Amino acid sequence: MAKVKGAVVVDKEGCKGCSLCVEACPHDVLALHKEVNSKGYHYSFMENPDECIGCANCGVVCPDTCITIYRVKVS
Amino acid sequence: MDINEIIKPENLVYDKSAVLNDDVMHYCPGCTHGVVHKIMAELIEEMGLQEKTVGIAPVGCAVFAYNYIDIDWQEAAHGRAPAVATGVARLHPDNFVFTYQGDGDLASIGTAEIMHACNRGENILVIFINNGIYGMTGGQMAPTTLEGMVTSTTPNGRNVDLNGYPMKITNLIAQLPGTSYVTRQAAHTANAARKLKRSLKKAIQNVLDKKGTSFVEVVSTCNSGWKMTPVAANNWMTENMLPYYPLGDMKDSEKGEHSEN
Repeated sequence: MAKVKGAVVVDKEGCKGCSLCVEACPHDVLALHKEVNSKGYHYSFMENPDECIGCANCGVVCPDTCITIYRVKVS
Repeated sequence: MDINEIIKPENLVYDKSAVLNDDVMHYCPGCTHGVVHKIMAELIEEMGLQEKTVGIAPVGCAVFAYNYIDIDWQEAAHGRAPAVATGVARLHPDNFVFTYQGDGDLASIGTAEIMHACNRGENILVIFINNGIYGMTGGQMAPTTLEGMVTSTTPNGRNVDLNGYPMKITNLIAQLPGTSYVTRQAAHTANAARKLKRSLKKAIQNVLDKKGTSFVEVVSTCNSGWKMTPVAANNWMTENMLPYYPLGDMKDSEKGEHSEN
């Protein structure tokens, strides 16, 4: 069975640190970073990038549309 | 597998819609408005409506919707968006016209406008954001505020003897023969947001097919007004709002037909 690998790119400066994407992620890939962006928000990032399946749940719930998602099949 | 091998244009599955511009939204972190704006922008792009869509902005937090979705907009006086939409839709029948209103705008000061626009069956889409509070002005009680809910004007919770009952205005609108599609959705999870997108797509198609008014309520959060974190606000909404405002289609028929519900 082909395995699916995904990757998430977060626009650090657009992120407001609401953490809805962290909650929406079924594989606990995302977390809020310890550091803050220029507006003082703890931005979202891939803490466990190997677990990402590119389901796009995080992108769908992001109110500020700062998440871009890529997915590839690995045979 | 290296992440840089995945991040390639050919593997792209989800990206910002071209109809949304690059302005940073003024909404609070985690606000449902952002999700609904994004879904509308995606649908306008997918259905090829960017050049023929006219949005009517409300008074409330979403007054600045015209800064974010790259279509034609007209701002209306408080609650009067359906009246302005009526004029635009009648003068430009080939355009797709929608209003985007909050609960203070639609269910309070604009009750007469929305009732009569829906009763006339104007070919417009009404998006109704219901978060049970006046978010922009400081979290005052709205007609849709739940019984016992604490707001800045009901610090001991809404008392129905004094303040009346929370108004299920979508149920009232479903009774009007001018409406063709009346539904209540939410956007607090990815699943709910995908369902909302399907509902909005159907509603837009109904307007394009001249079937009458389509009305989509989105049960939403106002985490600033509710004094909660965005995640806690979503949980509070699931536990308290959704039992009173259950999700689902209330009416799905041709204009003039009466619904079973």
